Amino acid sequence: MSCLGFLGGGSRVHRLDPRVRVASAALMSVPIALSTGLAVPAMALLAGLALASAARLPEAALLRRLGRLNLFVLFLWLVLPWSPPGPGAGPAPVEEGILLALAITLKANAIVLVFTALVATVAPADLGHALRSLGLPDKLVHVFLFAIRYTDVIHGEYERLRCAMKARAFLAKFNLHTLRTFGYLVGLLLVRSLDRAERVLAAMKCRGFDGRFRTLHAFAMRPADRVFLGAVLVATGGWMWMALA
Amino acid sequence: MHVSEGILTGPVLAGGAVLAAAGVAIGLRRMSVEATPRTAMLAAVFFVASLIHVPLGPSNVHLILNGLAGLLLGWSVFPALAVALLLQAMLFQFGGLTVLGVNTLLMALPGLLVYLALGRAVRGARTSAAVFAAGCAAGALSVALAGVLLTLALALGGRGFLGVAGALLAAHVPVMVADGLVTGFCVLLLHKVRPSALDPAGAEAPP
Repeated sequence: MSCLGFLGGGSRVHRLDPRVRVASAALMSVPIALSTGLAVPAMALLAGLALASAARLPEAALLRRLGRLNLFVLFLWLVLPWSPPGPGAGPAPVEEGILLALAITLKANAIVLVFTALVATVAPADLGHALRSLGLPDKLVHVFLFAIRYTDVIHGEYERLRCAMKARAFLAKFNLHTLRTFGYLVGLLLVRSLDRAERVLAAMKCRGFDGRFRTLHAFAMRPADRVFLGAVLVATGGWMWMALA
Repeated sequence: MHVSEGILTGPVLAGGAVLAAAGVAIGLRRMSVEATPRTAMLAAVFFVASLIHVPLGPSNVHLILNGLAGLLLGWSVFPALAVALLLQAMLFQFGGLTVLGVNTLLMALPGLLVYLALGRAVRGARTSAAVFAAGCAAGALSVALAGVLLTLALALGGRGFLGVAGALLAAHVPVMVADGLVTGFCVLLLHKVRPSALDPAGAEAPP
C-alpha cells in the first residue's frame, strides 16, 4: 500500500510548482461542487481528462480509482430516479432524477480526475510543504507528514499481526470471537504505535525539534507555473459565474 | 462513513468545512507540540484500522472506530481524523477535498462527544465489565451519531436523497454492532495494559 502510485513520471504536470498544483485543484473543485446544471461538470470533466492525459497517469491505477468511485455512483443511479424530490413531495418525473444522477456522475469523476492529476502527483513531503505555504498551521502539517511517514510502517505491523493470526488458523466471521480478536488487534497496534510515538519524539528532541517547520529546498515559481495558474483562475472564474448565474 | 464528491450541495459543504475547521483549530490549540507524533501515529493507526473488514453475509463491513479515536485523542480527534481522511482521499479517493470538511465533522464530532460523555466512565471504571460496557457504548454510539449526521447532511442537501439516506442508515446497524464490540474489547485491553492511553488530556498538555 502506497500513495506513491502517481508520483513517477516527469510530465509537464509533474514539473509544475506543487503549491500551484494544490491551489489549482482546490480552486477548481469549488465551482464543480457548487454547480447545479450539467455544463460546468461536463467542462470540468473534459479539463480533468486533459490534465490526466497531460500528466500521463498510469491507466491501470487511474481506472481502479475511478472504478471504486463509480461503484457508489452506480448505487445512486439505482435509487435517485425513483425517489421523491423532498420530504413529503410526490413522485418526481424520472427525468429529473436521471439528470441529477448524471450531474453527480460528471462532477464526481471530474473532481477525482483533477485531484489525481494535480495532487496525487505531488510527493508527500512536498505536499506538506505546499499545504503549509498555502496557510495551514505548522502543527497540522507535522501531523500530516508524520502520518504519511508512519502509515506504511503501521500497515506493515498490521500485516505481520494478521499473518500471525492466519498462521493460527484465524478466520474472520461475523461473530464474537472475530470481533474480540479484532479489538485486541487494534489495541495491540495502538500500544505499539504509542510506544513508537514516544521514541520518535525523543529522537526528534535530540535533534533540536522545536515545533517549527524547516525544509531544505524552496519552491520557485517559473513562467509555466504562472501561465497554468492564470489559466486555472480564468477557468474557475468562468465556471463560478456559470454555476452561480 | 464517507460522502463522495459531487453529492452534497454547496452550503452543506461550506458549513461542514467551517465547523470542521473550527474543530481542527481548537484541537490544534489544545495540543502541545510534543503531542504531534502521538496524534499523527494514532491518525495512522485509525487509517490502517479502517482497512479491517468484518465479513457479513455475502458482503462485509469495515470498521470506523471513531468512538475509540475520540477516547484516545480527545479534542485532537479533529486534526487526527482530518489528516487520516486527507490520506484516505489521496490513497483511495473515498472522498476528496471538497467533502473533507463534512467527512471530518461526521467522524470527529461523534468521537469528541463520546469522549466528553463517556471518557471519564471508561477511565474510572473499577471492573472489567464496566470498562467493556462503556467502551461498547462509546463505539456504537459514535457510529450511530455519525449516521445521524450523515442523514442530516444528505437531507439538508435537499432533494431526492432521503431514500439513499434511509438505506445508508440501515446499512450502518451492523457497523454499530461491530464497532461497538471491537471498541469494547480494545478499551478493555488498553485499560489493562496501558491505562494512560485512555487519558488524552494528560497526553495533550505539555510535560
